[in-house]
Amino acid sequence: MAEEFAVRMVDITKTFGQVKANHKVYLELKKGEILSLLGENGSGKTTLMNMLSGIYFPDEGQIYIDGREVTIASPHDAYKLGIGMVHQHFKLVDVLTAAENIELGLPGGAVVDRKAVGRKVREICDRYGFSVDPDKKVYDMSVSEKQTLEIVKTLYRGANILILDEPTAVLTPQETEKLFAVMRNMRNDGKSIIIITHKLNEVLAISDRVTVLRKGEYIGDMDTAKADARALTDMMVGRTVTLNIQRDEPVQPQRRLEIRNLTVKDAEGVVRLDDVNLDVYAGEILGIAGISGCGQKELLEAIAGLQPTVSGSSVKYRPTGPDGPAEELVGQDPRSIAEKGVRLAFVPEDRLGMGLVASMTLVGNMMLKEYRSGKSPLVDRKHPHDMAQQIVQELEVVTPSIDTPVRKLSGGNVQKVLVGREIAMTPSVLMTAYAVRGLDINTSYTIYNLLNEQKRRGVAVIYVGEDLDVLLQLCDRIAVLCGGRLNGVLDGRTATKEEVGYHMTALQNDRKEAGA
Amino acid sequence: MNNHEPLIHIAKRDGMVWWRAWLVRLAAAIAALLVCALFIYGLTKLNPVKVYAAMWQGAFGSARRSWITVRDATILLCIGVGLAPAFMMRFWNVGAEGQVLMGGCATAAVLIYAGRALSTPMLLLIGGAASIAAGVLWGVIPAIFKARWNTNETLFTLMMNYIAIQITCFLVAKWENPKGSNSVGIINQQTQAGWFPAIFGQQYMMNVIIVLALTVGMYLYLKYTKHGYEISVVGESENTARYAGISVKRVIIRTMALSGAVCGLSGFVAVAGASHTISTSTAGGRGFTAIIVAWMAKFNTFVMILIAFLLVFLEKGAIQIASQFKLNDYASEVVTGIILFFLLGSEFFIQYTVHFRSHGHKKEVQA
Repeated sequence: MAEEFAVRMVDITKTFGQVKANHKVYLELKKGEILSLLGENGSGKTTLMNMLSGIYFPDEGQIYIDGREVTIASPHDAYKLGIGMVHQHFKLVDVLTAAENIELGLPGGAVVDRKAVGRKVREICDRYGFSVDPDKKVYDMSVSEKQTLEIVKTLYRGANILILDEPTAVLTPQETEKLFAVMRNMRNDGKSIIIITHKLNEVLAISDRVTVLRKGEYIGDMDTAKADARALTDMMVGRTVTLNIQRDEPVQPQRRLEIRNLTVKDAEGVVRLDDVNLDVYAGEILGIAGISGCGQKELLEAIAGLQPTVSGSSVKYRPTGPDGPAEELVGQDPRSIAEKGVRLAFVPEDRLGMGLVASMTLVGNMMLKEYRSGKSPLVDRKHPHDMAQQIVQELEVVTPSIDTPVRKLSGGNVQKVLVGREIAMTPSVLMTAYAVRGLDINTSYTIYNLLNEQKRRGVAVIYVGEDLDVLLQLCDRIAVLCGGRLNGVLDGRTATKEEVGYHMTALQNDRKEAGA
Repeated sequence: MNNHEPLIHIAKRDGMVWWRAWLVRLAAAIAALLVCALFIYGLTKLNPVKVYAAMWQGAFGSARRSWITVRDATILLCIGVGLAPAFMMRFWNVGAEGQVLMGGCATAAVLIYAGRALSTPMLLLIGGAASIAAGVLWGVIPAIFKARWNTNETLFTLMMNYIAIQITCFLVAKWENPKGSNSVGIINQQTQAGWFPAIFGQQYMMNVIIVLALTVGMYLYLKYTKHGYEISVVGESENTARYAGISVKRVIIRTMALSGAVCGLSGFVAVAGASHTISTSTAGGRGFTAIIVAWMAKFNTFVMILIAFLLVFLEKGAIQIASQFKLNDYASEVVTGIILFFLLGSEFFIQYTVHFRSHGHKKEVQA
């Protein structure tokens, strides 16, 4: 009897340092099916697939291919077993042509037989409905063409098991349809496909079965035909955990930021933020939820003047409420925003690569935003020195001295330094991106308390987060982004985890206006 | 699973107190001298102590030799000081050679064309300004391309060197004196117009004063001014710089203008203060040697004084032992090479520790 399963992964465990990325995970892929691997960020989807494609080696557990137990110690082993993975970030050489990229790394002489490669590539394309020009240089290709090339490359190498890591993240809806069409063709040809995704509508549209992971653990799988978006969301986000984060009622919230028609395109012309309309109130914490890469970074950076926006976008800052004077932030850079007296504090996601200068001391980092003040051409070190001492004392930063480079501090202490500096500027708007990522419980609560204190002071706080439990217990309102669009604003006190999860993954047709 | 501990394990240090770091460097210097001694004795049967004494003689054997060493070290130092701000910004300016030559050409032009018309102070003022302008031009062109189109500054500044060398060749042919000599000769030899005047009776005192002033000034600029702070931030992370509201483009262009200006001024010192002529050897590779000076000193301009002197000392010493003991030029270069190898290599032991695999317990090898 022919083996039913192309892949079986049993009790797979992988730890990185202290973090269990995968804990006794179970996965099976039948021959000739499309399986969705569904989960939030950090649920261990990509880690699991990296073990199947030979990039990581599991600490525990067994992998069976066609019913035979195998050891996959390198990508080369995976390739010999007919496993091919298309990564989220393409692994192509820009200056080479499609055919050269396909040939690259394969055994053979120094000379590429372009004709033979071209013939075989065309054969694959005709069979599944791809279109690839073998002689086109990669740098001339669109994102979708590059992805097609990556898929053709794995097929060319004889892959029978394909892993696609969030393939639709970079595609337009039309391109996604095309991709799904060729995926179906490949399935009908007997290939087995795993697609990593967190978009529910795509899970339902393309896959035969779905396996759900949450926080590194296997939750379950089900036939797509029997699944609906609600049930899958529940599996994905799990039950609510009570955290006991303090949350006061906002006192006289006043509109401080009016975000209108905010649209951002990246360097490749892909829309990252699509016509967002949102109000931010003083004296409240506005949570921003969403799968990562849905426009959170662009939203904050556009407000901070770090992101070029499409014309028609507007962010109005009203220091004294909705009827007071307004300052247009779009079109200004961080310096001119600061010079206009807008006290905009920003704790970016990339702490050491953007918020701080890693090799500089605490004192040097305190100066980053205020070194310009005063007419003297010399920098004033006295004030930043006092400020560093104060922050170390008040936030209990563990550091040998205030003259230690911040890169030598632990992650939590780095974050305290960064948040401390931003709060020390007595902001009127405070934006934080993943403020507690990687921090231990105590430090996380320190940060929550600091944010609450700012809220009481009448600061408009924006909290971009990934842990739904925290968002639901810290924030007054939660704006949910989905694929760059604002997919609803929920009340933090009444919304359920499932509701937020649903808005994160399934785009609503009627686009709600915020704060209305 | 593979649990083999590798034979050698290299780990980054948390940092070393300054006096221990200097002890390591001193140890490296002594080790270098010992290895050189073995090399010298093994190959030539000469007494190494005598050879070292000859090296010292070559660099500091007489007042005149000492002043020549000082003269050459100050020019090397000046170029290193010019490179410091660019390197601190992580802008790989390998174009000092060209910037020095352009500064030298501008100075020579002033001395040649205005030598009869103007007094020496005026000539020096205008020559200095012209050399700065030429250096700025050579520094700013690659900076603009880097800032606007993100071109690779290493290639760009390097190629600017070749343009400068060709321009210098052209000017040498144009100013040839006497005809057919294929050199410019000593400019204003009779009148000494536009030469650095002697101060306290010392011909090269003015070089020392100018370069030391630049050294101190650059140290203060980089360490205490807002511009210096901006340079550090841009060098570390352009993203952070943008976040802090620093205009990265402006800082790149401004800093390269400064870097080019000081390098151009080095050309002025080299022409008006030292050789009183212009040729492609006015820079003579010092634009590249200065990169070593800047890096070994970690952009601290005071440490650069030490390094510049060391390098010039080695060069003079090598020439001396080559002629005194009738050694091949290469032999003395090997000596220089060994010393530099040890000194640069010692930095590795300051940054890292090396653990060897051992049974049961780990042995730590401290340099």
